[in-house]
Amino acid sequence: MTTSPTPSELPSLPRDEDSPVFREPWEAQAFAMTLWLHEQGHFTWPEWAERLSTEITAAQDDGDSDRGDTYYLHWLKALEGLVAEKGLLSTADLSDRKAAWAKAAQATPHGQPIELPTEP
Amino acid sequence: MPDHALHSHLSDTELRVRALESLLADKGLVDPTALDAIVDTYENKVGPRNGARVVARAWVDEDFRQWLLRDGTAAIDSLGYVSTQGADIVVLENTATVHNMTVCTLCSCYPWAVLGLPPAWYKSFAYRARAVKDPRGVLAEFGQVIPAELEVRVWDSTAEVRYMVLPQQPPGTEALSEDALADLVTRNAMIGTERLGQDRGRG
Repeated sequence: MTTSPTPSELPSLPRDEDSPVFREPWEAQAFAMTLWLHEQGHFTWPEWAERLSTEITAAQDDGDSDRGDTYYLHWLKALEGLVAEKGLLSTADLSDRKAAWAKAAQATPHGQPIELPTEP
Repeated sequence: MPDHALHSHLSDTELRVRALESLLADKGLVDPTALDAIVDTYENKVGPRNGARVVARAWVDEDFRQWLLRDGTAAIDSLGYVSTQGADIVVLENTATVHNMTVCTLCSCYPWAVLGLPPAWYKSFAYRARAVKDPRGVLAEFGQVIPAELEVRVWDSTAEVRYMVLPQQPPGTEALSEDALADLVTRNAMIGTERLGQDRGRG
């Protein structure tokens, strides 16, 4: 975006007066992990806020509609980035573990809880 | 029968969250029980009612009102609400001549301890951008009539400072109890996108 739109060109506000604070359980999990890691001293809140705002800006530049419903997607990406940057987890570990979960889901009959096989 | 009906399916996003949480738990960096407690707190226990009780107390107790405006963090802490991620809460008082409205243009920081988690519109680009450029237009969209002579001030939150608006007590409510007064206070009034006592039935 190169010019600032005039107010009348800006989108109208999404309406969600009575919506729940989390739309899906994973949003709540991502939120809680962030608060917990912060409370345990793994990063400061300004560090977190900077990371999150960077992800929001990047998503916007990528064409995200940014109506508030994608907020926790940006949140999750910021968290993945920050835990890797802080050396808590590596990006490779994350992607391996993600593949393991996908495999576990594939192997679990519909309707049953999905669990990772215990490692040998 | 299509294949996906036979086995379980997790979305890409759900897989990422499970990967993150299970790895962090394996390393002892998160405790799943503690995470559940955090979710329960924010879904069920905090929310705009905390803020409403702060406002009602300020309406009935002049000493508390002055303390709240002087040191919002300490005054709010005295009522026993949850921590605010180290951020200070600054309380902005609406008066007959000034209306305050809050936003976080960067990342939607919000005074969680008193208002719970923000609604989607607060996190939207439309609100972040328009609250600053065209606050009266935003207020109009919320059905609020702001007289031209009323000054509108917009406050942009940061990671270190969160703002909360202390609305004016609606006229004619002086005889109400503190609990009844708290019931009059809405989340939007404490964000500053509503003026209490206006007819909200329109639009």
